[in-house]
Amino acid sequence: MNKSAKPRQWIADWIFRNLTRATAAFTFLVLAGIIGSLVYASWPSIMKFGPAFIWTSEWNPPMERFGALIPIYGTLITSIIALVIAVPVSFGIAIFLTELSPGWLRRPLGTAIELLAAIPSIVYGMWGLLVFAPIFAKYFQPAISATLGNVPFIGRLFSGPQMGIGLLAAGIILAIMIIPFIASVMRDVFEVTPTMLKESAYAVGSTTWEVVWNVVLPYTKVGVTGGIMLGLGRALGETMAVTFVIGNTNFLTDVSLYLPGNSITSALANEFAEAGPGLHTAALMELGLILFVITFIVLATSKLLLMRLQGAEGSRT
Amino acid sequence: MNLSQKRKLVNKFALTLSLAAMSFGLFWLIWILFTTLQLGVSGLSLDLFTKMTPPPGAAEGGLANAIAGSFILVGLATLIGTPIGILAGVFLAEYGAGSWLAGATRFINDILLSAPSIVIGLFIYAFYVSQVGNFSGISGVVALALIVVPVVVRTTENMLLLVPNSLREAAFALGAQQYQVITQVTLQASKSGIITGILLAVARIAGETAPLLFTALSNQFWSTDLNKPMANLPVTIFKFAMSPFTDWQELAWAGVFLITIGVLALNIIARTLFKNEIQR
Repeated sequence: MNKSAKPRQWIADWIFRNLTRATAAFTFLVLAGIIGSLVYASWPSIMKFGPAFIWTSEWNPPMERFGALIPIYGTLITSIIALVIAVPVSFGIAIFLTELSPGWLRRPLGTAIELLAAIPSIVYGMWGLLVFAPIFAKYFQPAISATLGNVPFIGRLFSGPQMGIGLLAAGIILAIMIIPFIASVMRDVFEVTPTMLKESAYAVGSTTWEVVWNVVLPYTKVGVTGGIMLGLGRALGETMAVTFVIGNTNFLTDVSLYLPGNSITSALANEFAEAGPGLHTAALMELGLILFVITFIVLATSKLLLMRLQGAEGSRT
Repeated sequence: MNLSQKRKLVNKFALTLSLAAMSFGLFWLIWILFTTLQLGVSGLSLDLFTKMTPPPGAAEGGLANAIAGSFILVGLATLIGTPIGILAGVFLAEYGAGSWLAGATRFINDILLSAPSIVIGLFIYAFYVSQVGNFSGISGVVALALIVVPVVVRTTENMLLLVPNSLREAAFALGAQQYQVITQVTLQASKSGIITGILLAVARIAGETAPLLFTALSNQFWSTDLNKPMANLPVTIFKFAMSPFTDWQELAWAGVFLITIGVLALNIIARTLFKNEIQR
């Protein structure tokens, strides 16, 4: 510090520095507040049901018996469907944006994909319920049943009543929502690959696809995984897009993806306002706590993976 | 078929799939935007901005109270969240380089940036709403402000890091204290980048529904009292879209149209601002 400065300036600097430090520490308070208040609010439910809460499938508000299995199943299964669709598509988009697209198209197309990420989730939800679901039931579900439905084992997943709304529709809407997140991370990490490496591969006669698959992807695999985890984190916690189309029922009798179900977020969005104080609210709070713990782990893993890629990139500048 | 032909074929196949993936992504964007425009524009009328949200069965009504409520909630949340976010971003970029507090803050901030917004709503519900005993506008403001902070922190830090160190050194050489360097040099230099971040944060919270379900909830009537439930566009859309009444669904489409246009406009303005900044 500058010792010759006037004391008043020195004090002002001290105040400003510690003010910024206090706001940075505020982030910790928020995190502690989230965990603390969720644990506090769900305490009655944690005490009553113990760990069995996680694998009990009964959700019966009048009888005050609660188990989280069906919402957790719904959350996981819709997120898995979303990833299965979104990962290859995002990979394709990222290849297109970094390797194929002519220079002048790169920016507008990249922006268009990012705008898809900016559309609020309630728009996806409402569009999914009123526009997508009827079309999905009328054209897509019969087609899927006629093809994938006949494959042994996985055919069971694509049978049952074709109503449009249900786990599969929710997973598809989620996929559309997370494609932009995964695609833009993939594009950003693909661009990190040193041009020298790519040009060397081209120089020995590789095709574009071979360069992407054998040079770019191995170089960026940590970052790509980080991007996928980021998308997964989004999918797990998404509320509105899922609530509209998942069907909201706490009974699940079959493995079919056509059936309506429930996710943690949709259970919260639908039931919270009606839940009386006491065990029902506490059980819903415990659902929220479980969701936060799962997403925290997924997002922290994603962050660590992306940081590792940045660490390797450190020598670049 | 020899090896060379096979490799070329595989390449063509893969690149065609990549093109298909790109079209797949754009297809949804265009479809969603098209529906929103088509159904939203037909729902537009002057009533939308002057009349209150209708009770079930009423023939006419608008979204006036919801639009006003959304402006109040988003405006106040931005006013509260922005200064906190900027100051924390300043700490990360200027004071905290290398310190454990900065590293940990950065890590937690990035997680909060992507954390489910519904959890923020539950937090404020447990922390404030359930203690006070009723849903209120102010709790909605706090929940949205907590979503603004991480967005602003991230962009502020990124923008400050783009400022060349020679600028800081020049100011120090003139005898400026560090707070003067920050407030008068580096923050000034990255002003439009930080504004970009604020605009993106506004766009993010304008459509947030989940946290408001547990905090501001909704209100059928005109209310600017922050201690009472406050109407807002997202929750109204949620309620109306799920209803069986076609009148309500039409209003919901009009609301979706307003939000989508607003959010996309904010995003495009933010991008143009930022692009000019980079070019300068």
